[in-house]
Amino acid sequence: MKAKVLLSLILLCGGFAAPPARADDAAPAVPAAPAACELPPYLLATESQLHKVADAVKAGKPLEILVIGSRSTTIPASEDSSYPARMQAILKEKLPPSEAVHVSVEIQSKKTAEEAATTFVKLMEAKRPTLVIWQTGTVDAIRAIDPDEFRGALTEGVAALQNAGADVILMNLQYSPRTETMISVPPYLDNMRVVAQEHDVPLFDRFAIMRQWNDQGQFDLFSPSRGPELAKQVHDCLGRALAQFVIDAAHLGPAQPQN
Amino acid sequence: MTIADQVTGSTIAGTADAKSAGRSLRAAAPAMTLPAIGERELRLDLFRGLALWLIFIDHLPPSLLTWFTIRNYGFSDATEIFIFISGYTAAFVYGRAMLESGVVIATARILRRVWQIYVAHVFLFTIFLAEISYVATSFENPLYTEEMGIMDFLKQPDVTIVQALLLRFRPVNMDVLPLYIVLMLALPLILWSMKWKPDVTLGLSVVLYAVTWEYDLYFSAYPNGFWAFNPLAWQLLFVFGAWCALGGARRMSRILASPVTMWISIAYLVAAFYVTLTWYVPQLSHLMPKRLEQWMYPIDKTDLDVLRFTHFLALAALTVRFLPRDWPGLRSPWLRPLILCGQHSLEIFCLGIFLAFAGHFVLAEVSGGPVMHALISLSGILIMWAVAWVISWYKRVADKSGSKTKSAIGSADMAGGG
Repeated sequence: MKAKVLLSLILLCGGFAAPPARADDAAPAVPAAPAACELPPYLLATESQLHKVADAVKAGKPLEILVIGSRSTTIPASEDSSYPARMQAILKEKLPPSEAVHVSVEIQSKKTAEEAATTFVKLMEAKRPTLVIWQTGTVDAIRAIDPDEFRGALTEGVAALQNAGADVILMNLQYSPRTETMISVPPYLDNMRVVAQEHDVPLFDRFAIMRQWNDQGQFDLFSPSRGPELAKQVHDCLGRALAQFVIDAAHLGPAQPQN
Repeated sequence: MTIADQVTGSTIAGTADAKSAGRSLRAAAPAMTLPAIGERELRLDLFRGLALWLIFIDHLPPSLLTWFTIRNYGFSDATEIFIFISGYTAAFVYGRAMLESGVVIATARILRRVWQIYVAHVFLFTIFLAEISYVATSFENPLYTEEMGIMDFLKQPDVTIVQALLLRFRPVNMDVLPLYIVLMLALPLILWSMKWKPDVTLGLSVVLYAVTWEYDLYFSAYPNGFWAFNPLAWQLLFVFGAWCALGGARRMSRILASPVTMWISIAYLVAAFYVTLTWYVPQLSHLMPKRLEQWMYPIDKTDLDVLRFTHFLALAALTVRFLPRDWPGLRSPWLRPLILCGQHSLEIFCLGIFLAFAGHFVLAEVSGGPVMHALISLSGILIMWAVAWVISWYKRVADKSGSKTKSAIGSADMAGGG
């Protein structure tokens, strides 16, 4: 009896200890990221998978990624430092050298989710990406679009992207503490989470990630600075996090369990 | 002093008029059953004060203190408490006025109260305008060029200000007072109907709620969208509060006392707590059945989701059961600050909104560390308490020096609860 209890205790402890150990194994293979980019692993965890990305990489086909976003996907006058460009660089570093990675960006500034979604069919015909990262919600929140309509537009948009044969990642709003008293963000975050779950699509929680950085003092997002440095650093970290997110969700990492 | 103070404040002030007013009112209240007189319902003040503090904390950026607010432990939050208690006290005070002085006088009094709330709202809007104009002129971080689009309305102040006066343009955090204005505007009708048949009134309110959900009715807002708190749905809580005040609570006491109600409430609260937990501990979310999630989400605040309403009912049922009216703790000095704030809810509510604005400002301009954050939250609560105390003190002094002949009902308006 005693032995049984002891055994189950050991198993239990083993069970708890296992996930961090796996994360440690992965660490040496990853190129060093700036300390400011550090994130707790749960912010990059997702249960949804990117099957098409996984297939393309395994088959050695080029990885074509399309980022559809509004103005917060770019930094004015510093395109190369924005997160899509950074993600492309990091993906190239982390994936096998033979793998061709190409990221293109489609900026739809001042368009709501509904307005953006109407362009998807044509866009997909033109670009034929393996993976679409759809960053949205900000314009809808600013214009206080009815959250139900927003959810409907998201559903349609995601369906259109999936029907065109691409994997999809949804990316939510930026954490913007200065405008917190002016823009009501929670309904849009909630609806994006719901739609991501309904369609089994990974959600890149940009809001929670940026808030984590601000709360931990890694970045001061209250800063009124007019220079582009802060924006560049934040986008660099976002690009790194996003690249890691894609690799994990497609189970391409070196330490991923085979299943 | 409020009528509630006058009538039931004898335990605090020990005045002789309070007792005589209590007698005369008792004689005059046969049509609607009003709560027992002679004992102040301190629980209402306590929980309204608590709601005011929680609303203040919820309006600040998230911090350690945010974890003490009830929205992290279930579906409903401080807004439900606030609206329910407001309905309760408003019906209590103006219902009495309607019985004593007739429908016209009571309506006039309610309208005067509505005007006070409206002025308070416009005052807060002015402060908001000042804040947003400041941010617009001093903040140009390239990371947030998109979010700064919210300032576009400053380009058309003529339209924006008129829309704000019409209650159609409401910045974030300024949604509760317009809701309250609309609910108070409907109060004469609600009371008039309650005087006739309370249960039918409550039934009509449920019907309106159902129709709102079925046909997706809403109040439109400027520049687009809708009211963040739909009055057509939230009226249910307000009317339910009024119904409880006018005798419903007493008639429900047997249901409330039954152990079945208690266990159902406990089970529901535990389930809601578990669901909320999955939002914060994503590791738990795979234990949630997908079907349940699809049925349940999103839990709508705008239209007062049924899950939120029932969560509030469960909380209220347990509170009434485990916190009796004569609980000695209600007189303890530790709960005095909360009760004081609850007794001057309109003033303290507005102050809370203002302090939340000011808190955001300090966090942005001075420093954003957790210590500063805690300091702001605590000093905000202390200021709310201090101001509530000053208002109480002033009213006490003014009542003493003012005409003693002025009846309790004469100053009833302040008890409507803001």
